[in-house]
Amino acid sequence: MLRVEYLYWLVGAFLIAAAWFNLRERRFSMAAFWLILSGPFVFGDLVLAAVQRNEALPAQFMGGGVVALGLLAARGGLRSKADTPAEHEQRERSAARIGNRLFAPALAIPVLTLALFFAGRHLSLNGMPLLDPKALTLTSLGLASLLALVGAVRVTRARPLHSIVEGRRLLDSLGWAVLLPMILATLGGVFAATGVGETIAALTSAVIPIDSRMACLLAFALGMVLFTIIMGNAFAAFPVMMAGIGLPLLVLRHGADPAILGAIGMLTGYCGTLLTPMAANFNIVPAVLLELPDQYGVIRSQIPTALALMVVNVALMALLVFR
Amino acid sequence: MPGVINYWPLLGVAVVVIGFTLRRNPVLVVVTAGLVSGLCAGIPLPDLLALLGRTFVENRVLLLFLLTLPVIGLLEHFGLRERARTWIASFRGLTLARFQITYLGLRQLLSMAGLIDIAGHAQTVRPLIAPMSESAAEGGRGPLTDSQRDRVRASAAAVENVGRFFGEDVFVAFGAVLLIQGFYARNGIVLEPLSISLWALPTAIAAFLIHSVRVRLLQRRIDRERRLIGKDGATNAPR
Repeated sequence: MLRVEYLYWLVGAFLIAAAWFNLRERRFSMAAFWLILSGPFVFGDLVLAAVQRNEALPAQFMGGGVVALGLLAARGGLRSKADTPAEHEQRERSAARIGNRLFAPALAIPVLTLALFFAGRHLSLNGMPLLDPKALTLTSLGLASLLALVGAVRVTRARPLHSIVEGRRLLDSLGWAVLLPMILATLGGVFAATGVGETIAALTSAVIPIDSRMACLLAFALGMVLFTIIMGNAFAAFPVMMAGIGLPLLVLRHGADPAILGAIGMLTGYCGTLLTPMAANFNIVPAVLLELPDQYGVIRSQIPTALALMVVNVALMALLVFR
Repeated sequence: MPGVINYWPLLGVAVVVIGFTLRRNPVLVVVTAGLVSGLCAGIPLPDLLALLGRTFVENRVLLLFLLTLPVIGLLEHFGLRERARTWIASFRGLTLARFQITYLGLRQLLSMAGLIDIAGHAQTVRPLIAPMSESAAEGGRGPLTDSQRDRVRASAAAVENVGRFFGEDVFVAFGAVLLIQGFYARNGIVLEPLSISLWALPTAIAAFLIHSVRVRLLQRRIDRERRLIGKDGATNAPR
């Protein structure tokens, strides 16, 4: 059975290969960065199993690695090499030679993910399911990437190893930005453990006039946006704002409709996601991927949409929840 | 100490805000914030390191997309982005607004059907949507300036985000819907997931309308800039 863990090992192997290439080019901090990052992927299951057994040491090592990654990231700047005219010409030539067949492997990733996701329940090998039924989306994505890689090698007639070289080029140009989503989720875990959310909810509910339902609604909506901006994730903001304001004040005291409040309240938080560098995988990573000079370029282009949608959401809630 | 709230962990939030404002390296800012918040909450350093390490490992799924990099890298080396540009340029009358609004609508519909991770910045926006957008914005009238190109690219990423975020909550089995339902269930209010997800529709429609207008405005602004530069007789003038 294809378990997610096997795919994590592949990611780990890819990171180690990237570290090896950098080591050969004597770029030591970049090499150390990828090598440390491969740790959670190679040893992830072992660390979690040790935590289960109440052994803290492996997790502590991993925590030390996180701190080391932070220091290494601060040292190395992001460099995206512009291509030389020769490279550019070579790409234009092969684009003209291969033509639209180039699209096939790229589109195969989403299409195969989808097909495997739906077929996954029925695929089995010797009575064992082929894909882990508990992580069907992820194993489908992983297997689809591997199948697309085979396709890409056939279409381009490249050596299979060439894909690792090119993958590493992309990985290096992403640099520390690749790590941000994971490290931010980690911060979310620390904030949850230190009760930052409850403190903020307690502060807000202490200063609003709780008898006015509009004041409560505004505080709830703004709190969702603000807290999402801080945490980078509306999922983290939702239980906190709901427990602090939504449930006790809006639903129980003022009789708001819970389904509408929940659905549109969550989407109000999403407006905050469009605004925050903390949602790095959506806002910062693409700025690096697209080689924008301003790392906040994507956020900048989302600000007007986010603000307008926030107003729409508050208006919708004001109209619909107190029926 | 029940009833007494420890406000010091909020310093971690302050570190994040100040660090991002001063544009320090985000990874370092976040690691520092975690350490500050944890130490202020009185967590001993060994436990804090273990907490950092455990949550870090638990979230490794976020980097599974690295498996797509070898495919995309190889295809890019053999001219995928160049091909995407020429292919879009072969459609006459396809403007930036038409292209990006079509993608926005398509992305929302896919998300609503539960196909949330079908597209993404690494596997679709960088190799396909961004170069196609540039080509559509050029419309066969010569290259964009650097500033115009960057705005078109940023808009391509924004279209992906808006389409994804404001479609996914309409899908019943999506995590957010289950999170909402689970929260209420723990507090004694039983709701059907469908009754929650349907109320995401009005916002989804508003998001489509608002962002379509914005893409159209971007195209109008770029077209105007290009006309003005054309009159001055200077092509590709720096702004």
